[in-house]
This record gives sequence, structure tokens and C-alpha cells, in this order.
Amino acid sequence: MSSGETTERSIPRPRKVVITGISGRFGRIVARRLHHELGWSIVGLDRRQMHGRPKDIELHQVDLRSKKARDVFRAGDIDALVHLGVMHDPRARPAEIYSWNITGTTKLLEYCQAYRVPKVVLLSSSNVYGPRPDNPQFLTEDAPLLAAQRFPEMRDLVEIDHMFSTFLWRAREIETVILRPVHIVGPVHNAPSNYLRIPRPPVLLGFDPMVQLVHSDDVAEAVALALNPGRRGIYNITGPGEVPLSAILAELRREPRLIPHPMAKPILSLAFALGISSFPVAELDFIRYVCMVDGRRAAAELGFRPRHGLRETIHAVDDPV
Amino acid sequence: MGLVDRLRQLRAKVPEDDLEGRTQALVVQGNEFGFDPFGLSKANLKYAITVARWLYRVYFRAEAHGIENLPASGRCILVSNHSGQLPFDGLVIAAACFLEPKQPRLVRAMVEFFVPTVPFASYLFSRWGQITGTPENCRRLLSAEEAVLVFPEGARGISKPFSKRYQLEDFGKGFMRLALETGSPIVPVAVIGAEEQAPAVNLKGVAKLLGIPALPVVPYPPFVAPWPLPVKYRLYFGEPMKFTGDPDDDLDEPVKTVKHRIESMLHVGLREREHVFW
Repeated sequence: MSSGETTERSIPRPRKVVITGISGRFGRIVARRLHHELGWSIVGLDRRQMHGRPKDIELHQVDLRSKKARDVFRAGDIDALVHLGVMHDPRARPAEIYSWNITGTTKLLEYCQAYRVPKVVLLSSSNVYGPRPDNPQFLTEDAPLLAAQRFPEMRDLVEIDHMFSTFLWRAREIETVILRPVHIVGPVHNAPSNYLRIPRPPVLLGFDPMVQLVHSDDVAEAVALALNPGRRGIYNITGPGEVPLSAILAELRREPRLIPHPMAKPILSLAFALGISSFPVAELDFIRYVCMVDGRRAAAELGFRPRHGLRETIHAVDDPV
Repeated sequence: MGLVDRLRQLRAKVPEDDLEGRTQALVVQGNEFGFDPFGLSKANLKYAITVARWLYRVYFRAEAHGIENLPASGRCILVSNHSGQLPFDGLVIAAACFLEPKQPRLVRAMVEFFVPTVPFASYLFSRWGQITGTPENCRRLLSAEEAVLVFPEGARGISKPFSKRYQLEDFGKGFMRLALETGSPIVPVAVIGAEEQAPAVNLKGVAKLLGIPALPVVPYPPFVAPWPLPVKYRLYFGEPMKFTGDPDDDLDEPVKTVKHRIESMLHVGLREREHVFW
């Protein structure tokens, strides 16, 4: 089939989606949802091995920047790209991560445009807005992405988010969707879930910001909704509600370690250097100031509703990973 | 009458308040954990109210006139003069709206941006329903039919020296814009008493050197005003004012109308007042 016919097809065949970062726990949740429940045919792109991969899921263990990754798109039968492969590893070399993230994403968007992939979805994060004392309680999609100002670690994600929003306007024939979910919790490995799993997590004395969480299954559902034809734009994805950090920790029966905020940075930097804790020091502001978003646009335009309640979502961090 | 007699008499005059019942009667949109989207929690509010009531009834022996002008429900913007170095005027207005009307209302004041950076204040203010002063927050609360308290004079008003008491500073125009956008009535409030709670002079030069907006100094130790004098607060709530028009128009005229209303309420209040402390 030539690439020109990808948008109008007469023979019904399962739609084909490329998922980057599929071997991660969240990647597998998304793959499961799209494959088992919605009948998509899945092509995975990841450098890592995918444990327990079903036979009918294709996995290419390649670098996004390589020619082999390009070949995945060259066949011209890809109906969508879901980009989950944004690397965020506090212990890896920043230059390596930067090149992987930025060059990799640039290449991906190039392939999508060259081989006419009609839909691209980026899983960004509402952290791109950045926690700030002067934030309004609920940020809308139009708010500036200020996280990179104070967190060099967030710079890659902010930049990728910007690349996709440029792409949204540049490649008008492609439906681009950027999802900015709040802290994703569940049987996944990411900063908020890992933090909430610590039995005695550090908290800042005298600070207790309101926090939004969303269940990983609900975010997978948002990805599925974003893949529906006709959807394009930027959407904040919110969970079932807002609670103070302390209420979440109490619900999970954690015993917070109170640290006065001027001392938090040196203490946690030392712990990080010694390998005692993996808490990314620059992200302390996330447990100090609010960074909450308004999810009404996703509800109205994507029809997104979180299925998991507040208590259920909080307890999802204790689900077996 | 001697001072002791006067104090004894005042003590006998403190009315009883059913704080528990009033807290229950508050209309708060909360989730299963008891928090509203801005972090307000009724459970936590109780402590604040106990302290606020003591300040309102015992320490400042506040009087609220025209509290019936506060709508029992629905969106509204309370606009007040701001004074006294310490933001006790906000606390007293909020206490009046909670303690005086038949249906208690929780007034949500807009706090300065530095508050979220201060330990404890950062979250306690939000547990008590006070919010960071951004227009988005204000718009959201008004759409949720809440009562919002605004001091259009801002820091200029509160750090005013004693010599300029009861002279209003320039009003910011944000509140009028929000009132027009959300169709909210404006309830003008005049606060009398706060001006005398910490009579200060403003050391402008030193403030400039330190890079802060104002440096008010009181003529008695410890020279900065950590605690207000036990002045008597008198609050005047005016009739709700309704404005219509395009929020992008020049808002000078309607803002001036509100400012004049508050000015005239201040004049009436000052004429009626016999003593600063009694």
C-alpha cells in the first residue's frame, strides 16, 4: 500500500500505532489498553527489552535516532505515533539524555511528516508549568511552561512539549495531541509514584501543597481518546480531585520526615550523592508549591473522565509493580 | 468610669457564638477528604475561627453595621479600605461575615504572592480559605458563587503612615474588571479602627535601600508593629453595587464611584465614633 492512501482505506485492517518507550511500565499499560481492548496493532520502539511481551506485539529494540527506527515508519502503514519515550533518569548523564530526548523527538516528528502518519500523541506532563508560589490554583493549557527556569532536569520535557506544539501548527495535515497529565500514580516507576512509596518520605516543614494525582489506567484511557480521529490540541489531564500532600501520606500510612526547607537541599543533595536516596533535589519545589491544572478542556473535547476515585488512585501506588 | 470598670463592663457584653453550628452551616464544596479545590478544610477552619472570634469579640470588640447588605448566598466582591500595617482588617471583616449574619459566609481574601513561600502560612492560609491573589483564582471562586474580599489599595494602603489615616490611596482596577466579567455585585466595606492599631511613620529612604515596598515604624518598642493595639473596630457594609459594561473599557469612572462610596461611609463612621479605643 502506498503512503498516499493511508488516510482513506477500504480494506478494514487493525489500525497500527507506534509506541515509543513501550518497555516501561506505563508503556505496557498503554499497549495493553490499545491492543487487547481496542484492537490496535502495536509496534514498540524501545532500547530496552520488553518483559512478558505478547507475541503479536512487534518490538524494535533500536535507538530513535537510528536508520532502523526510520524503517519502522517507511512502510507507510503507521496510523499513529504515541511518544512516551521521554527519558528522565536523575542518575544518567545530562548530555546523553538531552541528545536522546531532543534529537530522538526531532527525528520522530520528521518520520511522521515524511511518511504521513495522520496522528501523533505526546505524553508530556503538567509539571512543565512548574511549581511556583504565584501560580494560580489551576493552570490552563495556555499558561507558559516555566518549569525549565528553575529545573534544568525538566528542560528536555519542556523543550519536547514546545516541539510538539510547534508541530501542531506546522504540520496541519497531522492531528497532533499533547497530553499534560498531573502526577501519574499506579504500578509504574516515576518520580511521584516512587516518592509516595517511600515509607518515610521527606516533606518540608511548614509546607503542604495541594496535589493532583491521576491513575495510570486513566492516563492510558486519555491516550486512547486522543487517538480518536478529529482530536487535536493540548490537553491537561486531571484525576479525581485535589488533596493536600499530607492527606495523601496519611491515607497511605506513611510517616513523613519533616525537614526545614533551608536545610532540605543540602541534606537531600548529600543523600543523593551517597546513593541513599534517589529524590531529585531540584524537584523539591513540587512538594513546596502548587502546580495544579484545570482539566476542563479534556473533559469537554476529549470526553475524558477519570474512572478511579480519589482513594483508589492514592492507593494505586501500592499496587504490585 | 475607671479603666477596670470599663474592662469589666466590656467583658460582660461579649455575646455568645455557636461556632460549631455556624461552621456546620457554612456552604463549602468539599471532596471525600473534606478539602475544597483551593485547600479549604472545615475541620481546620474551626481553630482559626476560635482565634478570629476572640480577636473580633474580645480584643477588638468589633461592631458591624449593615451586615444585612452582605448577600446570603451567591457571588459577590467585598471591597474595603486597607490599613494598619498588619492585615487584621481582613481578619475582622471575615470574622464579621462569619459571626454576624443569619447565614454565615466564608469570605475568601486574596493574599500576597509571598505568602506561599512562608512556612506554615503557606498552607494554613489555604486551609482557612484564603487564596493567592491572581485574577484567575478570583474568577474561579466567583463562578463558584463564593464571596471574595479585595483590598484595591493593596500594599500601598496597609503600609500608609499614621499621618495619612482615613485617606484612601489609589484603587487598583482589577476588582472592577472581575466584577464586570463575572457579573458580581460589589459590597463596599469601610473599616474604622485599623488605622490606629499600629500608628506608624514610613521610613521611605531606608525601605528603598532595603529594596522593600515600605518600612513602617511605630514610635514605641519594638518599633516594628508585631501586634496591634486593642483599638475598637467599626465595620460598615454598604448596599451592594451592581455595574454593567465592557470590562475592557476605561474603568476609572466605576472604580471612582466605589471609592467615593467607601470614602463617604468612612466619613459617617468617623463622625459617629466617640473614642478610638471604646
